[in-house]
Amino acid sequence: MNFDDSAEEASFRAAAGSWLSANKFDYRTSRTSENFFDAVRKWQLLKHEGGWGCLHWPKEYGGQDAAPIQTLIFAQEEQAAGMAMLSVANTITIGMAAATIMHCGNSQQKQRHLPRIARGEEVWCQLFSEPAAGSDLAGIKTRAVRDGDDWVINGQKVWTSYAQYSDYGILVARSDPSAAKHKGLTFFLVDMKSPGLEVRPIKQASGGSDFNEVYFDNVRIPDSNRVGEEGDGWRVSLTTLMNERAAVANIFPTDFEQVWNLARETPLNEGMAIEDSAVRSLLADWHVWSRGLKNFGMRLQSDMSQGKVPGPEASICKLMLGAQRQTYLSEALDLMDFGGPALSNSGDAGWHFAYLRVIANRIEGGSDEILRNIIGERVLGLPSEPRVDKNTPFNAIPTAL
Amino acid sequence: MNFQFSEEQELLRSQARKFLEKECSSQVVREVLESDQPFDRDLWSAVAELGWTGVAIPEEFGGLGVGYLELCVIAEELGRALAPVPFSSSIYLAAEALLLGGSSTQKQRWLPKIASGETTGAFAIAEGAGAPAWNRMNTKAETCGDGQFRINGVKTPVLDGLKADIAIVVALENQVPGLYLVDLNQENVTRTLEPSIDESRPHARITFSDALGERLGKPGVATIRQLLDRAAILVAFEQLGGADACLQMAVSYAKERFAFGRAIGSFQAIKHKLADMYAELELARSNCFFGAWALSTDDPELSEAAAVARLSISRAYTNCAKESIQVHGGIGFTWELDAHLYYRRSKLLNVALGSPARWQEYLIQSLEQKEEVAGNHARVA
Ligand SMILES: Cc1cc2nc3c(=O)[nH]c(=O)nc-3n(C[C@H](O)[C@H](O)[C@H](O)COP(=O)(O)OP(=O)(O)OC[C@H]3O[C@@H](n4cnc5c(N)ncnc54)[C@H](O)[C@@H]3O)c2cc1C
Repeated sequence: MNFDDSAEEASFRAAAGSWLSANKFDYRTSRTSENFFDAVRKWQLLKHEGGWGCLHWPKEYGGQDAAPIQTLIFAQEEQAAGMAMLSVANTITIGMAAATIMHCGNSQQKQRHLPRIARGEEVWCQLFSEPAAGSDLAGIKTRAVRDGDDWVINGQKVWTSYAQYSDYGILVARSDPSAAKHKGLTFFLVDMKSPGLEVRPIKQASGGSDFNEVYFDNVRIPDSNRVGEEGDGWRVSLTTLMNERAAVANIFPTDFEQVWNLARETPLNEGMAIEDSAVRSLLADWHVWSRGLKNFGMRLQSDMSQGKVPGPEASICKLMLGAQRQTYLSEALDLMDFGGPALSNSGDAGWHFAYLRVIANRIEGGSDEILRNIIGERVLGLPSEPRVDKNTPFNAIPTAL
Repeated sequence: MNFQFSEEQELLRSQARKFLEKECSSQVVREVLESDQPFDRDLWSAVAELGWTGVAIPEEFGGLGVGYLELCVIAEELGRALAPVPFSSSIYLAAEALLLGGSSTQKQRWLPKIASGETTGAFAIAEGAGAPAWNRMNTKAETCGDGQFRINGVKTPVLDGLKADIAIVVALENQVPGLYLVDLNQENVTRTLEPSIDESRPHARITFSDALGERLGKPGVATIRQLLDRAAILVAFEQLGGADACLQMAVSYAKERFAFGRAIGSFQAIKHKLADMYAELELARSNCFFGAWALSTDDPELSEAAAVARLSISRAYTNCAKESIQVHGGIGFTWELDAHLYYRRSKLLNVALGSPARWQEYLIQSLEQKEEVAGNHARVA
């Protein structure tokens, strides 16, 4: 057991740190607009040119063949340099779409997309969820019908993050409605500029519009963009979901540093909040939780550096993050007392945004309840619930719609 | 970086587990719980013979000098087995106090006997319920020359105090608290059994009337805190083993027990409860690992790591112990089922080294110190 860097790791960290401080730039002014994705692309290209992009990828696709531990070290330094947000925004592209292409795509698909992704030339979105199928993803209805060398897609996706900024999407659609639910799906790569494809932003509870509805009206996809066999879409989707689990494991903040500074700077009674015993107790709990997530993440990384694939236990990260973060953020706002409702004067409106955005942490990428099912069944080996949809043809399964 | 125990350490774990499964069944625990034996002597001799008592004590003082990571592995297995032996008092507290503050004569005199299991120790800090400031402590030490002190006061409850050979006593000299080593086999010491929440680890009330003792290390709170920090990490591993046992017990019962025509583990109310127990335990385990590393390297963050490990595993163990009983239903409330042994032990370990409130305060103090050293707020995380 060793939480320190080896000499080699230390010099890698130092090199990463100095490259980052020489190359980082201020992107915050462009946060909510399309310019933000320009910054995401620019940062990806800079990293690629500097030899720091897609570190764990093979060189032939634009990576560095680096050890997983180096990826972790670079991510830590990127966080410290304040540039992590740009890479987090690229999680769907790199951690999910590219990871799926890398594992399940054919060599043509890899050659076509991976080097471009590595250079920041392609942004991707995930076209999985539908109005009637989120947790129960295999219940999707968007149709894929074979027509010569093409597939014709009709239907609707929803909650598609960053679809409006994306060049491509990974799409799962139903190619055979008379097959059993999990058997009739096929997986595609779709050009977001295709005729018949329409993106409509949805306004979120937190105010912005990161996610969208995506409509398919006779959208044609060449068969060469099919990933895996016809009817094999569920297996390919699971590859995406497994990678999603690992990719999102540590991207959400625990905000401890912020609440510590808040407690230091917020007046309470005769002194500052940090002098109050109830506040100290809150801070201690918050820190223990934050360290637990961090140390657990390090254990996962340590497994990965020994070549193990992160299993379903990685679901712990997001499960332990969301609900607790929501509770703590609520308590942080309580600390502000009469002043809590409007923080614009203190320049600290970030607390309000965080309290609203955290709602989604418990839903996106697998809801809390689904994660508990995964941990219960796949980690602890508990029996699944009785199901009515397993061996029935998809078009004979009862639905509400 | 590597956040796992080594292959050798894992091998030690599986040997320890096998040994304890055989030699420390719950029947062994119950014999101490239900009788007036202070601990299980056969198990204690066997544990000493295996060298566990000396695993982190340097060779020059009769130990094996293997290291703290190995001691953490052993602690986890002892906690899993609820071992009814004075291991924590003798090793994490008495031996550690000597290693921290003992003069070379004191170390030479006592450590070899602790390492061999011949001498057992106890840690006498509490004076009844409550958390008074150090200077309100009633036990006093008064110098009588030659490095000797006269100790007066009553300590209760003292874990393993009934038959221990030596005690590390916290006492005030001129308002300053310090650690004093007292040979308990002297006339000026009287001890009686105190009823306690977990009588598989009996407690004593000890009265010192002009008992003779020697000081360990510099007087002051810092020495006591250092001892508590080190012991907290080792006890955290006992807690980890116990919590893991509770979860395993509950998971296997949830697979076997049927109600409404289904295994109860297929109901989400049960499945999600178990998933939550597991998730909380894994974060706590990760914090324990960090603590083990800090202890084994004497890292500057040791104090913070100790508080983090102790707070998270105390909460996880308490939760696993109570929810494991809930999953068992009526049988969970029987004397016969082992679940209550863990429920008792989890509470004992939760308070024996100080309450969560105390450790929350310790944690914030160490973060404040770290901030002061670093000179800026941002370093705290
Ligand atoms: C901010 C955000 C971004 C997103 N981005 C994307 C994206 O880019 N691409 C994409 O494809 N999707 C995306 N999603 C969709 C997300 O994956 C789904 O919202 C999620 O899987 C839940 O599905 P649902 O919304 O249909 O809710 P439902 O599945 O209808 O769930 C409703 C409630 O029922 C519970 N529930 C459902 N099934 C069970 C069960 N078996 N046991 C117990 N409880 C159950 C759920 O936990 C939840 O509480 C995003 C969502 C959000 C909030």
